[in-house]
Amino acid sequence: MADTAVHSSTTVHEHTHDDTATGISNSKLGMWVFLASDCLLFGALISTYLLLRHRSTHGLGPTDVFDIPFTSVSSFVLLMSSLTMALAVASITRGDVHRNRVWLASTALLGAVFIGGQVYEFTTFYREGLGYTTNIFGSAFYTLTGFHGIHVTVGIIMLASLLVMSLRGNLTRERAEAVEIVGLYWHFVDVVWIVIFTVVYLIP
Amino acid sequence: MSTTTTNEASPTAEEELLEHAHDHPSDGDYVKIAIILGVITAAEVGTYFWKDIFGSEPSTFALVATLFPMMIAKFIIVIGYFMHLKYDNPLFKRVFIFGLLLAMAVFIAALSAFEFWDDRFLRFLTGG
Repeated sequence: MADTAVHSSTTVHEHTHDDTATGISNSKLGMWVFLASDCLLFGALISTYLLLRHRSTHGLGPTDVFDIPFTSVSSFVLLMSSLTMALAVASITRGDVHRNRVWLASTALLGAVFIGGQVYEFTTFYREGLGYTTNIFGSAFYTLTGFHGIHVTVGIIMLASLLVMSLRGNLTRERAEAVEIVGLYWHFVDVVWIVIFTVVYLIP
Repeated sequence: MSTTTTNEASPTAEEELLEHAHDHPSDGDYVKIAIILGVITAAEVGTYFWKDIFGSEPSTFALVATLFPMMIAKFIIVIGYFMHLKYDNPLFKRVFIFGLLLAMAVFIAALSAFEFWDDRFLRFLTGG
């Protein structure tokens, strides 16, 4: 009984992070610092794309290849994956392990659908004649959206890892912060796509 | 002795957690936020059919003026509610905003260095 009380107290102690100098989780702060630095990466890639997209002297341009209705569906899928991720974080915070698994799997699945759409899009563009080295628009476009795709893929791997941890019984309410940190990364990937979708696809 | 101490400390910490949990949106709130995001996305995609709706091609300025506020709104909603930045420790907000401002500085510097804001850009923006 006494042991249980001590364990419960330790668990709560971990949540409040009184053991760090700032009183907040170092892991969470680390993820926010990483995301802030990732803003720089995407800031540079987006500005490069904007500079180069209309400077091609030959080959296909943005208006020749983009399929807005298709990309809109992909964007909606990624947006909804942010909802399932938020629900995954909320469920593990409540200690609902079963629902957490469902939401984590849903998020990974929606992410995989988005990546599938991107692979299809890249393949279609390539068949239409826009390769990575066809022109400067192609290079800038594939680099920007490719980097984003890599981020989504890394996110799917992290979600799959959490799912495996959960199935092994290692992901409980006490480790909810792990889900929250992966969630931060996932939402950031969604936020970056919000910008890319508008700047790259919707503004010709 | 130590057990007594932890038992006394436990309810306060539990209360802190519960209070923290009440600050965060509920599952229903998350669904409402997602619906709002979906509606904004639909409005964004609607600009693709501008010509069908209004009968003429939009100028880039009109597109930017329409799409950017929607993009910024979606951005703020996701980081504020889904990423809990609205409810979390202010330090996280400061760290992220610092990175964001730095990224925007890089963005503006790069575009300026390569003469993005020249006459061609202004003509392009105004559709001239």
